[in-house]
Amino acid sequence: MTAGVAIDRVSRSYGTAKALDDVSLEIAAGEYIVLLGPSGCGKTTLLNLIGGFDAPSSGQISIGGRSMAGVAPKDRPTTTVFQDYALFPHMTLAENVAFGLRMRGVSRAARLARAAEMLALVGLEGRGNRRPHELSGGQRQRVALARALAVDPDVLLLDEPLGALDLKLRRGMQDELKAIQRRVGTTFVHVTHDQEEAMAIADRIVVMNAGRIEDLGPPKTVYLAPRTLFTATFMGEVNRIPLGGTLPFDPPPAGNSGVLCIRPESLSTAEGPLNLGPCRVDDITFFGTHQRAHVTSVAAPDLKLTVHLPQNSPVAPGQTLTLFAHDFVVLEAQ
Amino acid sequence: MKAIAWAYLAAIYSFILLPVVVLVVFSFQDGRLPVPPFQGATVKWYAQVLADRDLLAALGNSALVAVTSSAVALVLGFLAAHGLARVRLPGSVLMRGLLIAPLTVSYLIIALGLLNMFNQIGLRPSLLATGIGHVVINLPLCFAILYAAMGDHQKSAERAARDLGAGEVQVLWLVSAPMLMAPMAAAFFLSVTFSWDEFIIAFLLTRFDVTLPVEIWSMLKSGLSPKTNAIGSLVFLVSIMVVGFLELFVFRRQK
Repeated sequence: MTAGVAIDRVSRSYGTAKALDDVSLEIAAGEYIVLLGPSGCGKTTLLNLIGGFDAPSSGQISIGGRSMAGVAPKDRPTTTVFQDYALFPHMTLAENVAFGLRMRGVSRAARLARAAEMLALVGLEGRGNRRPHELSGGQRQRVALARALAVDPDVLLLDEPLGALDLKLRRGMQDELKAIQRRVGTTFVHVTHDQEEAMAIADRIVVMNAGRIEDLGPPKTVYLAPRTLFTATFMGEVNRIPLGGTLPFDPPPAGNSGVLCIRPESLSTAEGPLNLGPCRVDDITFFGTHQRAHVTSVAAPDLKLTVHLPQNSPVAPGQTLTLFAHDFVVLEAQ
Repeated sequence: MKAIAWAYLAAIYSFILLPVVVLVVFSFQDGRLPVPPFQGATVKWYAQVLADRDLLAALGNSALVAVTSSAVALVLGFLAAHGLARVRLPGSVLMRGLLIAPLTVSYLIIALGLLNMFNQIGLRPSLLATGIGHVVINLPLCFAILYAAMGDHQKSAERAARDLGAGEVQVLWLVSAPMLMAPMAAAFFLSVTFSWDEFIIAFLLTRFDVTLPVEIWSMLKSGLSPKTNAIGSLVFLVSIMVVGFLELFVFRRQK
């Protein structure tokens, strides 16, 4: 099953500190949403409010059209994959996965069959008799996922589920999470502070900062056409060029205020919509997937840019290149 | 230097264990008095102990009181520890302090207090009264052990159980308690040994049915005999077995 989530003007204060400040968000049924932001931005608070572990100070949350005000976690159509897995160490994997069904009064045979099925879904076929302490971190994470999905929730909440895994394993699990979500069709709400992880799995990314939603949209939009300077910077490296002075650009950018944002990989020597004029290469470093160069505009020596050039481009320090921007956006200065 | 260390070790252990060794050795004394010289070995005192109905009844009473009072202390201690560890209550520091306070009060004072109170409410000295007394002294112990054992690890597992649909009773019974199996066993068996050995409360709060320490006391009034040594040795054997069991199956598993 699956259901949408409606968050309507929700705030949560702890004393005078506002963890969430008037947040509204519509999540469609079957969508994979990632809440992204630095620590303390309110993303985990929002997840806890959806799961029922905390109550909003004001505003309302409904799941599948039903208001969740005063509904305890155990009665909500949500389950959670916790960052520390929170497996039951005294139970076998099959008993762990079957726990939610046991609470719903499903017979032992039926729930163990379902547990075996769920363990197979996460690639742990036939390991039902093991105990959590026999597993690696990645395997425990899979069991936690199987346990949360076994009760067929409308909404699955994932609290930094890959945070404790090493980088390589994390990238592998991302693809798997996405594939599993496609198969079960449940709405996934996933919290992370890793923007690469967010882009790899999200249908839509919700960028949060200081208790508010800064930006939301598909990964490509949030990355290439961010709505705020915060999003632009948080999503990845960006050249920020304050407008106002004279810039040797063709065509010259309109407006006298704001910041022109160009990602390093959006700059190249190939013709593009914005000509930045000739730039001298200060230094260049080989990074494997690309070469990273620092350049200075010949016409405006204060203008220094970072550029990602193709692996094999024969560029040396001191050389002059004419650079074009392919994707760029002008944002309000903060 | 090494020789000194070994000598020190030997001295410490003789200091601790010599009285017990003497007790056990003279329980085999083939003579009327458990004092030197040793006059040869016999097991007749053990035969007498095992044929003594009053003694065996006292042994059964002690086991009953120890096991029942420890179970009650364990359940109450667990619930109190769980409540105070999980729920933020006003004055919880004070409540913890009050729960542990009886550990610092002498058993004699506790026994006198209980005797007074039981007189007021009309509860006669009995095994029940003694059992209640032993709950009073063992509850703080169980509480302290279990409170210290409740960590964030359990807390997040409890949260997960609630998230999966468990009610509060199910959380306690299926998650919190099984996860604390080792400290619960430790608290229970420590309570059993304390209750098993306890004399003052049992002495003041029993009358017709008595526990073993009280029975031994009444035998001592008629003078020393190798028979009391034999009882002592048997009690010591039981304690050793409980401690051995704890070491092997409870404390080792925690590591």
